[in-house]
Amino acid sequence: MARVFVDVMLKPEILDPQGKAVHGALPRLGFEGVTDVRQGKRFELELDGEVTAERLDQVRAMAATLLSNPVIEDFDVQVEA
Amino acid sequence: MRVGIVTFPGSLDDIDAARAVRIAGDVPVPLWHGDHDLRGVDAVVLPGGFSYGDYLRCGAIARFAPVMTEVVAAASGGMPVLGICNGFQVLCEAHLLPGALIRNDHRRFVCRDQRLRVESATTAWTSAYQAGQEIVVPLKNGEGGFVADTDTLDRLEGEGRVVVRYVGGNPNGSLRDIAGITNGAGNVVGLMPHPEHAVESLCGPGTDGLGFFTSALQALAA
Amino acid sequence: MTDAVLDPAAIHSSVDDVARATATPDQLQPWAELGLKADEYERIHKILGRRPTSSELAMYSVMWSEHCSYKSSKVHLRRFGELPAETRVGKLLAGIGENAGVLDIGQGYAVTFKVESHNHPSYVEPYQGAATGVGGIVRDILAMGARPVAVMDALRFGPLDAPDTARVLPGIVAGVGGYGNCLGLPNIGGEVVFDDSYIGNPLVNALCVGVMRHEDLHLANATGAGNQVILYGARTGGDGIGGVSVLASETFDAATADGLSGPSKRPSVQVGDPFMEKLLIECTLELFAAGVVNGIQDLGGAGLSCATSELASAGDGGMQVWLDRVPLRDSSLAPEEILMSESQERMMAVVEPRHVEQFLAVCAKWDVDVTVVGEVTTTGRLVIDWHGEVVVDVPPRTVAHEGPVYDRPYARPADQDALQADAAEALPRPVGGAELRDTLLRLVGSPNLADKSWVTDQYDRYVRGNTVLAQPDDAGVVRVDEQTGLGVALATDCNGRFCQLDPYAGAQLALAEAYRNVAAVGAQPLAVSDCLNFGSPEDPAVMWQFERAVAGLVDGCRELGVPVTGGNVSFYNQTGDVPILPTPVVGVLGVLDDVDRRVRQGFRTPGQMIYLIGETRAELSGSQWALVEHDHLGGLPPQVDLAAERALAELLRHASRDGLIDAAHDLADGGLAQALVESCLRHDVGARVWLPDELDPFVALFSESAGRAIVAVPRSEEVRFTDMATARRVPHVRLGVVDPGDGDPLLDVQGQFSVPLIELRAAWSGTIPDAISA
Repeated sequence: MARVFVDVMLKPEILDPQGKAVHGALPRLGFEGVTDVRQGKRFELELDGEVTAERLDQVRAMAATLLSNPVIEDFDVQVEA
Repeated sequence: MRVGIVTFPGSLDDIDAARAVRIAGDVPVPLWHGDHDLRGVDAVVLPGGFSYGDYLRCGAIARFAPVMTEVVAAASGGMPVLGICNGFQVLCEAHLLPGALIRNDHRRFVCRDQRLRVESATTAWTSAYQAGQEIVVPLKNGEGGFVADTDTLDRLEGEGRVVVRYVGGNPNGSLRDIAGITNGAGNVVGLMPHPEHAVESLCGPGTDGLGFFTSALQALAA
Repeated sequence: MTDAVLDPAAIHSSVDDVARATATPDQLQPWAELGLKADEYERIHKILGRRPTSSELAMYSVMWSEHCSYKSSKVHLRRFGELPAETRVGKLLAGIGENAGVLDIGQGYAVTFKVESHNHPSYVEPYQGAATGVGGIVRDILAMGARPVAVMDALRFGPLDAPDTARVLPGIVAGVGGYGNCLGLPNIGGEVVFDDSYIGNPLVNALCVGVMRHEDLHLANATGAGNQVILYGARTGGDGIGGVSVLASETFDAATADGLSGPSKRPSVQVGDPFMEKLLIECTLELFAAGVVNGIQDLGGAGLSCATSELASAGDGGMQVWLDRVPLRDSSLAPEEILMSESQERMMAVVEPRHVEQFLAVCAKWDVDVTVVGEVTTTGRLVIDWHGEVVVDVPPRTVAHEGPVYDRPYARPADQDALQADAAEALPRPVGGAELRDTLLRLVGSPNLADKSWVTDQYDRYVRGNTVLAQPDDAGVVRVDEQTGLGVALATDCNGRFCQLDPYAGAQLALAEAYRNVAAVGAQPLAVSDCLNFGSPEDPAVMWQFERAVAGLVDGCRELGVPVTGGNVSFYNQTGDVPILPTPVVGVLGVLDDVDRRVRQGFRTPGQMIYLIGETRAELSGSQWALVEHDHLGGLPPQVDLAAERALAELLRHASRDGLIDAAHDLADGGLAQALVESCLRHDVGARVWLPDELDPFVALFSESAGRAIVAVPRSEEVRFTDMATARRVPHVRLGVVDPGDGDPLLDVQGQFSVPLIELRAAWSGTIPDAISA
């Protein structure tokens, strides 16, 4: 069994109200020096068998069609080390 | 005229949309998300709600429901399709309309009577209005912020495809106060506010929303 | 640990089954940690003739907790049963004791409504606590066979400026909204109240109302040997294990200091999935409509322990359950944990074998997980197996209905006399127009009187398209039948300050206010559901408050002719040793034969005459004026005159039916001044009023005498209206006129002061958003 992670983030130009709220809260809690926060989401996919280049392409296709909305989001696919 | 109302798991305003269609003088036809045909309807409404819980992204899973294949095909063929709130989100996810809807800038769900300006009265769903006319219909959403890149926004504006715009305060951070848009052909319209909640004065802020549903009738009769 | 597959026998040999319980009578058991008293544990021994298995112990402990068994309140609640089980429309179709009471509203329709607390979980995890509170009450209504059509929420918080309120309030409001909005139920009203006593113990009281045809009523019981017991909905996980027994029956500080409780340190917080609940609603209603269920029970607090024992207890035989068939979200759960799990969005049905196939098909249509987990037997016992071993074998009634009952000592607190002697009527009052004006502006901007739209705008009030009135109207009104216009009105109220001063009178004032609010929209008040929030029943002073409040409600309901159809008791509401204000929240349901006749709240039509109905006395103790201006609580609450309340309600209802009034608003917190402000601000329409000569202007504006309302009367109807009021012997006085002003509307109190509405709105609307976003 192999695990593949898909991280989905709002594109940099899209407003992220949740990240903004977290960013605003940090200094109130005494955490200084954070200049920006963006909130994203992470999918952990468990695959049966080996991770092949073909399987990874499938995962990218999943990410592009369902897991992310390319209009507002970017994604990144990584295999568990 | 027969107007199909699609029910996805988690659709909520389907009965309201059906009532609005009835009050406008049409026949509402329930369509189930798993259906593969549109039962001979002349137009389709994708109602508000939280399809599939909106857990991935609003509308993201509904867009892959079997019935949506038929809706996309029919829309491409010119059938009038109206997406309200969650339905608007589904239309964007299905790429029938450009842009996307993101979380409100203040991060809260908002329910209020919203003033809108009808910017385009040439679509299948707004022909009963005058361009520039102001109307009040309920707005209720948590993820209603319309976003698109600048080129897309400029194109929408340039081609007169902004259908309704918020006036008297932007309730959710939508770019350029955009509340609803249409496709190039004017048969597909999506908007965040809920015209189906403004079709009888007893149970809403007035009857300003009825025009969306009578417009469809006019469009089909024409 | 290795990945080797364990031998199932090795796993199950660790299970504490009946055989082992019999063989090891002296094994120590954590009954005290589970909230049982020594004599209660002893009683379980006696019932079973042996020590309980750990599963049985879990079951008894959770079902005998205060929350589930009402052991401290039962002796008092029985008094509600003395009330006639009928309303003005007809006999109750189901009363106290069912999931929720059911009443006839005419035209073949019945409604069921209930208000229930979810206080402690909402403090621990505000969003999920409030969300699952809404989910739970909705399933109660659904289980009766009714379609839920609206919700309301009565919320109470610590001071608005307290740091913890900034955590608790937005979370609770977002949770109520997040769940209800996603479920597609309009939120049509409720309360938002602030008081110091709720600082470590906010109150979340959720109400739901459902509608059905008479023939659709379903009572939950397991009858008919061989009938199948079916669990459907969400899978069972480790949610809220121990939540009920530990959270609700003792102070929960210790149990939840680390957010953990229960035998295996699992989180005590339940997590809600409103999408699942929406499917459950549609699926359940389709099951009822298909006629394939004999009875349905929701799983709420105490989960499977409650559902299996209550169904079996209410039936005529026994029940056999195969617990290992329960679909799990977490495969490591032990049988006692499965029995105690409070995972949300689950229901249990009793189904005849011939209907099982159709039952499964309906569930499949809605993508709802479904499993046959047991069957009805003739043994008279509830027997639960876990992989072939019997882990529970009990008489179900001893679990569900014959738990311990305590007649706890109660005593009027020694300082009650001193409290009542310290009257607010003696406090310094504002004098002259300028001081009255300043007082008014401070009051309208105080947390309890300020604009609540920051809260209520987060709730969908439109969905389903039948909402005729919603907050901030006096009562929420929902249309039931589109053709005839039949509808129901609902209001919840309670002034905890009045209850502190005199719990008997305070409870009656809560009842009177909700009754009046329902009448103010033109409805006939029919029935009551209550949610009694109090401190520790082990404190005789709190128990006295409780006993007095129940007595007040029983006597009040009898005089007003409205039965109590159900409700809920929540004890142990306190911060440290300090109990909350006694808070018996009263929900009143009324009926309108035609919702088109409803009366709205605000002034809208210039030239209409404003009348004050009811008698104003110098009653300032417990008032918002005493709180805001003097931080004072003492004296006696306003006088209760239920005959006058009834006459007022009849006048309001008849006047609305005959079209004599165009707007109405009851007078409560903040008195006449607040009612005028709200009536003006609603549509930004001003008013010119002259205070009655015989009253001190301050008293006229800020007294909180009960039994009063203001109405706007079209000039053409003025004579008919005053004739009607005179004939019904209801005091009324012409107070002023609706006056739009010349572009800049005012509230003009002649001879005293005048305030532009723009200034009132500024003082009124910023309070809550400013405090939360600060």
